[in-house]
Amino acid sequence: MRPFRYERATDPAGAVALLARSPQAAYLGGGTNLVDLMKLDVARPDLLVDVRGVTSRAIEELPDGGVRIGAGVSNSDLAADPLIRRRYPVVAQAVLAGASTQLRNLATVGGNLLQRTRCVYFQDVSTACNKREPGSGCSAIEGHNRDLAILGTSPDCIATHPSDLAVALAAMDATVQTVGPDGSRAIPLTELHRLPGSEPQHDNVLTHGELITAVDLPPLPFAARSYYRKIRDRASYAFALVSVAAAIDLADGQVRDVRIALGGVAHKPWRATRAEDLLRGGPATEERLRRAAEAELADAQPQSDNAFKIPLARNAIVRTVLDLTGTAR
Amino acid sequence: MPITWSATHDRQGLDIMDTEITLRVDGADHRLTVDTRTTLLDALRERLGNTSPKKGCDHGQCGACTVLLDGRRANSCLALAVAHDGAEIVTAAGLATDGELHPMQRSFIEHDAFQCGYCTPGQIVSAVAMLEEAATGWPSTVTFSPPDGTAGEPDTGPVDLATNPDEIRERMSGNLCRCAAYANMIPAIQEVARS
Ligand SMILES: Cc1cc2nc3c(=O)[nH]c(=O)nc-3n(C[C@H](O)[C@H](O)[C@H](O)COP(=O)(O)OP(=O)(O)OC[C@H]3O[C@@H](n4cnc5c(N)ncnc54)[C@H](O)[C@@H]3O)c2cc1C
Ligand code: FES
Ligand code: FES
Repeated sequence: MRPFRYERATDPAGAVALLARSPQAAYLGGGTNLVDLMKLDVARPDLLVDVRGVTSRAIEELPDGGVRIGAGVSNSDLAADPLIRRRYPVVAQAVLAGASTQLRNLATVGGNLLQRTRCVYFQDVSTACNKREPGSGCSAIEGHNRDLAILGTSPDCIATHPSDLAVALAAMDATVQTVGPDGSRAIPLTELHRLPGSEPQHDNVLTHGELITAVDLPPLPFAARSYYRKIRDRASYAFALVSVAAAIDLADGQVRDVRIALGGVAHKPWRATRAEDLLRGGPATEERLRRAAEAELADAQPQSDNAFKIPLARNAIVRTVLDLTGTAR
Repeated sequence: MPITWSATHDRQGLDIMDTEITLRVDGADHRLTVDTRTTLLDALRERLGNTSPKKGCDHGQCGACTVLLDGRRANSCLALAVAHDGAEIVTAAGLATDGELHPMQRSFIEHDAFQCGYCTPGQIVSAVAMLEEAATGWPSTVTFSPPDGTAGEPDTGPVDLATNPDEIRERMSGNLCRCAAYANMIPAIQEVARS
């Protein structure tokens, strides 16, 4: 690991000021992703600014009926929170589907959202990777791409975003609160991460030194009926091949509203708005669900080894939403 | 608390930052100077001579380095020592009191729940923490029943591990065993959960 300095920020403004002065500095949450990448020489910060003490560790109700999650809340505390489990079970389930209890105890909400791709080439400095070293090429396109993206890819990058939490938050229309050198702003979670395009080195729209302070969940009564299904190579402690976060609002057998987001298929949590639009206003039958899922996946561009993700994602959408409606198998 | 550091230079002439920290490990206080790059695992093993936590992967992927960090299980290989100045750490070695093995340690021996033993300290610390988490009502993915069309109230009470091996498997999934001694770990843990 390369040498670096360590500082503990005392308030958000102080943290932002420290990063603004140091172009190579990075925030430190639990370190479960950043320290790993520093050991691999993929991340090379010269200063770590510990922000666990400056971002809130509280989960509190908002006046509008939503819930605010402090960026410093541990992944474990988020998943165990009674309010989250009752109102947004999909969020608790997504967190618990990721990593292990040991890791979730260390990991923070802010760090979880900004964890970097698990593409093996990104993590291996001896290979070409446009995300790690812009312009060097993408080893995955001609290489091992079974785990990688099928939607929104570019000729420069086919990496996926690995966070399970982000998928559930995308389905809930969460908002990310930040404070940065240019002041504070609120970013819809679905716009936090970006597609790779010709600049895969940028995972998200944050500027250097922009600190995530909280994540807000809007009031969404029907989210009490929501579910996170994660499909992976082993039953636990593995990243998603495909995952689905879903919630449904049924009235007289008709879909009044529905939320679907996919993980493991793109450079960002993939909100399935096309499928949602097709489903609203009709019954949640298997046939309609299948057609909606197929429409969502119509533009999928599989690589040599991951075409299986298309039927897998389709089936996962159909099954998950059907289960939520209580339709017997 | 202000962090003080003194810059020295390594062979490449780069700055190395040394920081003085305190750690309470298995009940004993230690004051030590660490390079900012030192993980808790390396501080414990290389600096304090506590080789109970093991280095399996050094990347958070195996759980052999699991310790209780301020009461919660954590992978010490991904935790920077400077970031945990003042922390209270319990390793598997510290679970025994006055020469008496912890019930979980005894149960692992009685059930032959290990082969080479390399993963065992991590497994035991993890299992002890898991019992506490379940008693507090922490859920796992197994705790949530699959959807059936209703939005029932979540059961946030204690989770029974003694009769639910699937809960144990899921909650212990952060600890890998190269020898695959898993089969005997489940009854070993169930027995402690029952008592
Ligand atoms: C073996 C293993 C398996 C895993 N499996 C899964 C899985 O299945 N699913 C899953 O979702 N995740 C998984 N993870 C990843 C894990 O969830 C993340 O490492 C963790 O959530 C990151 O949180 P952290 O606080 O430790 O972040 P850090 O490592 O501290 O930081 C990550 C990034 O976020 C930045 N950052 C941190 N906090 C802030 C902030 N407040 N504002 C702005 N930037 C910030 C840091 O600078 C860094 O770039 C796994 C990790 C490991 C090691
Ligand atoms: S050594 Fe820490 S998880 Fe493997
Ligand atoms: S007993 Fe050998 S690794 Fe678990």
